[in-house]
Amino acid sequence: MLATILRARFTPLLALAVLMAVIPLVAPSAFYLRVAALVWIFALAALGLTILMGYAGQVSLGHAGFLGLGAYGVAIGPAHLGLSPVLSLFLSAAAAGLIAYVVGRPILRLRGYYLAIATLGFGMILALVFNSETAITGGPDGMQVARLTVFGWRISGTQNWYWVAAGALLIGAWIALNLVASPTGRALRALHDSEVAASAVGVDVSRKKLAAFVIGAVYAAFAGGLLAAMNGLITPEAAGFMHSIELVAMVIIGGMGSVIGAVVGAAFLVVLPQALTAFQDYEQALLGLLIMVFMILLPGGIVPTARKWLLERLS
Amino acid sequence: MAEVMAEFLQLAFSGLTVGAVYALVALGFTLIYNASDVINFAQGDFVMIGGMGTVFLTAAGIALPLAALIAIIGTVIVGLLLHRFAIQPARGASPVALIMITIGASIFIKGVAQVVFDKQFHSLPAFSGDTPIAIGGATILPQSLWVVGGALVLVVALYMFLEHTLLGKAVLATAANRLAARLVGINVTIVLALAFGVSAAIGAVAGVLVTPITLTRYDLGTLFALKGFAAAMVGGMGNPMGAVVGGLLIGLMEAFGAGYISSTYKDAVAFIAILVVLFFMPRGLFGGRSVERV
Repeated sequence: MLATILRARFTPLLALAVLMAVIPLVAPSAFYLRVAALVWIFALAALGLTILMGYAGQVSLGHAGFLGLGAYGVAIGPAHLGLSPVLSLFLSAAAAGLIAYVVGRPILRLRGYYLAIATLGFGMILALVFNSETAITGGPDGMQVARLTVFGWRISGTQNWYWVAAGALLIGAWIALNLVASPTGRALRALHDSEVAASAVGVDVSRKKLAAFVIGAVYAAFAGGLLAAMNGLITPEAAGFMHSIELVAMVIIGGMGSVIGAVVGAAFLVVLPQALTAFQDYEQALLGLLIMVFMILLPGGIVPTARKWLLERLS
Repeated sequence: MAEVMAEFLQLAFSGLTVGAVYALVALGFTLIYNASDVINFAQGDFVMIGGMGTVFLTAAGIALPLAALIAIIGTVIVGLLLHRFAIQPARGASPVALIMITIGASIFIKGVAQVVFDKQFHSLPAFSGDTPIAIGGATILPQSLWVVGGALVLVVALYMFLEHTLLGKAVLATAANRLAARLVGINVTIVLALAFGVSAAIGAVAGVLVTPITLTRYDLGTLFALKGFAAAMVGGMGNPMGAVVGGLLIGLMEAFGAGYISSTYKDAVAFIAILVVLFFMPRGLFGGRSVERV
């Protein structure tokens, strides 16, 4: 019975929804709600990356660049182009997808280390642009972001943002779960195991990889846009190398190719610094140590390992 | 005309100086990559430890040459620990997993460095004074000669070691085929540890040499690693000659780019170079053809 539930397709979605409903009931203060909202937003970005890494088996060390595109799009649209913030959010996610499509075509021909470095280089160039085009982006100091308004309702306050972030993640997770079960999802898993075998049975390998890359970029840009709008401020660090590494770490620590894994990984990396503010000097050392320890001792990640253990116990 | 020439020379000098450091970082990458197939993102942090270690030891009253030596030995120990506790236990992991491990190591080293040292920029006095030497209307700092000369000595020494000593040949054999090397009686574990130790030493020497010019800080390693990495890739991954040429090329392109086009995007040059090289010559300038085994 429990095993059947664990295996069911939409169990993760249900679990997530229950968790989202319970947290506001038990959160002692608005601060905790804010941290939870951050977790939902980063989980959304990690979800896109897990489609690329966990299903298509392609790494991106520059994914924060797409997050930055979304974030700056939401900031620049209203400030320089007079667009509404919500329209800017969708436009910048679309733009990130388009850029991913154009850049992804040559980049995704590369494999392994080469792909990792090419994506890293792409992310670094984006971060440099955000940092240097001071007239448009405000340079290293970043820029203010206008409030989001939906049908005249100005989204503000921690509680509202909590629900907006939670809703966005739920929709993102629902799309991801459907995608994974679709023919495209099966094709992605096939090419993850063996590109040659997949192309031999008729999978258009480069097109499917590109699709995963574009989807990952759109998820990240959307998350970036929400992050910028919630914080009311965006700085170039959001698109930087360290941020890209943190996104990859979320995917790996939570467990590649798992929707709940992306949420657990995001929770881990968002909550940890908050819990360790007293040891701020050691935060970086601890993050590095955790990445190493997880990669060496638990390469499968938290969620898939726990799931496997549970399933074995039950059967 | 003379002014144009002088400016060109000036940019070339500064490009070669920085390029020599990138070349050393790339060489360290190549050595580890050849021996173990690992891309070591902590390579740039070796440069930082060498520089910072020397700064703090000289500040404690130790003479510069001795301080540098201790810092280099310390860096080698860090390299050996990295191999023993992070790389060896993860044998057989995927390239992405190995990349994340060395990135984790790099973040860890930076985290420890900001506690052990501090978060300030530090410098060292130049080894033979600060009087610029005039050449063809341009000037060059004596320290630049130290950097370029030191890089040259290291490259030659590494070549001699690999080609003319039994241990060096064991490294090459391991790089060519790990299983075959083991079958002829080479202790592969020791060879891999050696590759990490030597790479760390090369990085630390680069750090000591360049600190009087570029200054150093706990987080400087990332940029060195990325650019050294770009250099290794431009030259063709796994080719020591290519690493050196790639390093000098990246250094020169950066200097000319900053001098003639815009200094704002100086740091982007290396990444644009990576993308261009990967798109048009996926195996780098000196890399061989790749064949995929099914």
